[in-house]
Order: sequence, then C-alpha cells, then structure tokens
Amino acid sequence: MLFEQIAKNKRKTIVLFVGFFLFMGIVGAALGYCMFGEWVAGVIIAVVTGIVYAVYMFGQSTDVVMGMNHAQEITNADQAPDLWHIVEDMALVANVPMPRVFIIDDPSPNAFATGNDPEHAAVAATSGIMSVLTREELEGVMAHEMTHVRNYDIRLQTIAVALTSAIAMLANFGTHFWYFGGSRNRDNKEGNVIALIASIAVLVLAPIAATLVQLAISRNREFLADAGAVELTRNPQGLINALNKISNSEPMSDENVSPESAALYISNPLQTKKLTNLFSTHPPMSERISALQKM
Amino acid sequence: MIGWIIVGIVVVLALLWVGIYNGLVQARMRTQESWSQIDVQLKRRNDLIPNLVETVKGSAKFEQGTLEKVVSLRNALTQTPTDDHQKTMALSDQLTNSLKSVFAVAESYPDLKASNQYNKLMEELTNTENKIAYSRQLFNTTTATYNTKLQSFPTNFVAKIHSFKPSEFLETPAEEREMVNVSFDERGL
Repeated sequence: MLFEQIAKNKRKTIVLFVGFFLFMGIVGAALGYCMFGEWVAGVIIAVVTGIVYAVYMFGQSTDVVMGMNHAQEITNADQAPDLWHIVEDMALVANVPMPRVFIIDDPSPNAFATGNDPEHAAVAATSGIMSVLTREELEGVMAHEMTHVRNYDIRLQTIAVALTSAIAMLANFGTHFWYFGGSRNRDNKEGNVIALIASIAVLVLAPIAATLVQLAISRNREFLADAGAVELTRNPQGLINALNKISNSEPMSDENVSPESAALYISNPLQTKKLTNLFSTHPPMSERISALQKM
Repeated sequence: MIGWIIVGIVVVLALLWVGIYNGLVQARMRTQESWSQIDVQLKRRNDLIPNLVETVKGSAKFEQGTLEKVVSLRNALTQTPTDDHQKTMALSDQLTNSLKSVFAVAESYPDLKASNQYNKLMEELTNTENKIAYSRQLFNTTTATYNTKLQSFPTNFVAKIHSFKPSEFLETPAEEREMVNVSFDERGL
C-alpha cells in the first residue's frame, strides 16, 4: 500500500517532467518561428532553458518554496521547543530522517511539507498553528506532513509547484509582450503575429498550469495522509480537533502565501470560494473529518 | 544443452536465496535499530532523573517513599541488561507512572512551577516520555514486518535453515491501550 503509493508518485513525477518539456518545446517552436523564422532554434533554446531550470529547482526546491512562502528556518530546539520536539517524534515513528524545520510568521494556523525525498525534506508551520493548537493536535498535523514526506508526495507536489510557477512566469512574460512589445510594433505585421501568439499562449497557459496542479495533487492524497497520520499517532481525535480549528480560522495573508504553492498546505491557506469547490486541490474539510471519525 | 539449463536454474535459485537472506538480515537489523532508539531515550531519562530529584526535593513535600521509588526504579533500570526487552519496558512503565505522581505533587507548589530549571526539566522529560512511546511503536512496526517475513513463503524456508528467530512485540501499557482506537491487533499477531 505504502510502496504502491510511492511507486505511483514516482511515475507521476516523470509524467509531469515529460509534459513540461513537451510544453516548453511547443512554446519554443512557436516563439522561435515567429521571431527568427526558425523553429528548431526555438525548441533548442526552450529545452535547454527548461533543463537548466529543472536542475536548479531539483537542487534548490526547498529553499525556493520556503522563500515563496516567507518561511524562516530554525536550527535548534530552543527556538520553538514544542514544534521541534513534535517534528522529531513524528520523524522517529515514521522512520524518516529529521527534516529541516521552518516557521512562517502568520497568525492563521497552517502547515506544509516540501523537498525532493525523505532525506532532503522540510516542514513549515505558521506561528499561528503553534499558538492555536494543543500538543496533541499539532502532533496530528505534523504526522500528516510526515506521511507526505514518507510517501514521496513532497517530491511530486514540489515539482508541480515549480513547473506551475515556471508556466505562470511564461504567461506573465507573454502578457507583458502583448502590452509593450505589441504596441511598439503595431505597424509591423510580424510583431502582430507574435503578439497574437503570445496572447493565445497566455489564454492556454493558465488553465494548463491549473490542470498540472490538479494532476499532481489529487484529493485522495490528503485523505491518505490523514489516514497515515492516524497510523503514526494512533490518535484520530488530535487531528480531527486540529482540522476543525484550522477550518474555522481566518485565511493566511496573501503576502505570505504564493498561490502556486497553496496546494502544499494541509488546508487551503487562501480564501475559498464555494463555486470552485469542484476544482479545488483540497477535499472539503467536512469529508476529511468524517473519514477520520470512522477510524 | 540440458546441462546448461540445469546450471541456469541453479544460478537463479542461488541468487534468489541470497536475496531472501539479505532481506531477512535487513529486516532483523531494523528491529535492532529501533530497539536502540528506545534504549537511547531510556538512558536520557535516567540521566535526567537525578536532576529532577535534586530540584524538587528541597521545594516540595512528598509522601514517604515517592522520590525513593523513582530513584530505585531508575537504578533497577540501569542494571537491567538491555537485551531483556520485556523486563526493561515493564520497569520503564513503572518509572513513567511514579514520575507522573511526582509531577502531580509538584503541581501544587507555585514556586516550583515558576522555576525555570523545573520547567526546562519538565519539557525535557515530557519530550523523552513521548519519544519512548513513539520509538516503542516503531519497534512494534518493524517487528511486525520482520515477523511477517519469517512466516511467509518462501522466506520462511530460508529463515528456518539459517535459524532466524522471531522478534518479540513490546506490550503496550494497559491505560494507553484503552485510549487508542486503532490498535496493533489488526495485524493478527
């Protein structure tokens, strides 16, 4: 069961990468053709850029994701004894090495895990979660995060975040191109074609970015991590109380959370709209709690 | 031709045998590693107890024998050979309970509760107690994995020939068992 989940996650990571390079190639071909009338050069430039970016992300993912969420690393138990000791306990019982620990200065209770594999993992908790939750509840939350670490969910999710932000960046670039580049070359026919393609790209890119995240972070994953947390703590009530408290609190400040990494959190850190429920990355809290109550 | 086929089969069987044997060794080592996790925490607690006794002795009145019991249990624990898992854990559970009664008494002394040293000791001991509980759980998980290997086919065959012994589960203290909904019993061991 655990090993199936790990194998599935590794497979999905590869699919994600292949999809990303295909996509980069197509965009490169289109841009290269329009700008130099040479699509091969575009593909080569795009794929090389993609490889450099992917290698960089693979090495630095934890720091990049933590930076995106304004998290500060703590390096010894005295800085936050409760959190540190709980993470230690959960790593012990999950039989994974002690991850790096980060704190986000935000009053809203939330937490997430990231990293490439259990040997290079990190967990982040908001200052809010440390003041709002009891030790037992925080244990439940950290056990949930440690399950993500053990299952290799973190690798898949982190890569998804990295690739989605790359695509978001490309889309951003396209938008600027439309405004500035487009207006300068208004009389230039070629310029208009480029602008047209850029704008179409923007239109196409956004939903693809969203779909990528959907693909990677299925709702099932959260249910599995909740179940894994109970397996580690043998205490469903702790996690139930924690989820109740988290879902009844204010969302996190927009300055702290980057929307691309929202899917990593134990509970959606941004304002949720009822209509988008069908496409949301997190299953409804009530379903998670009732699943836990049956354990 | 037939000769080569026989050689091939023998080689495949030998490789299989080596693989199974190594798997068993690894699983057994995991149980030993997880026991040493418990051992580390028990030693840590043993080191903390003299400090605790020193700290609370002067500032709180205890019933006759409360502190003495903690000290004698601690000493008994240090003298128990660590490979006697069951006895070690039984003593450890008694020690956990007598520490609880020390903390219960100390609760009613505001001076003590305000003391930095006492609070630090308290956090360290709580942390150690939690780690003992969690490493015991990890030990039972690794034991279950190892014992399942010993009993399933064809590993059991290799295990029997190389006389691998099953690892023994650690009993969970009675009160903990009541609190918990998900139990080890599902594994049927």
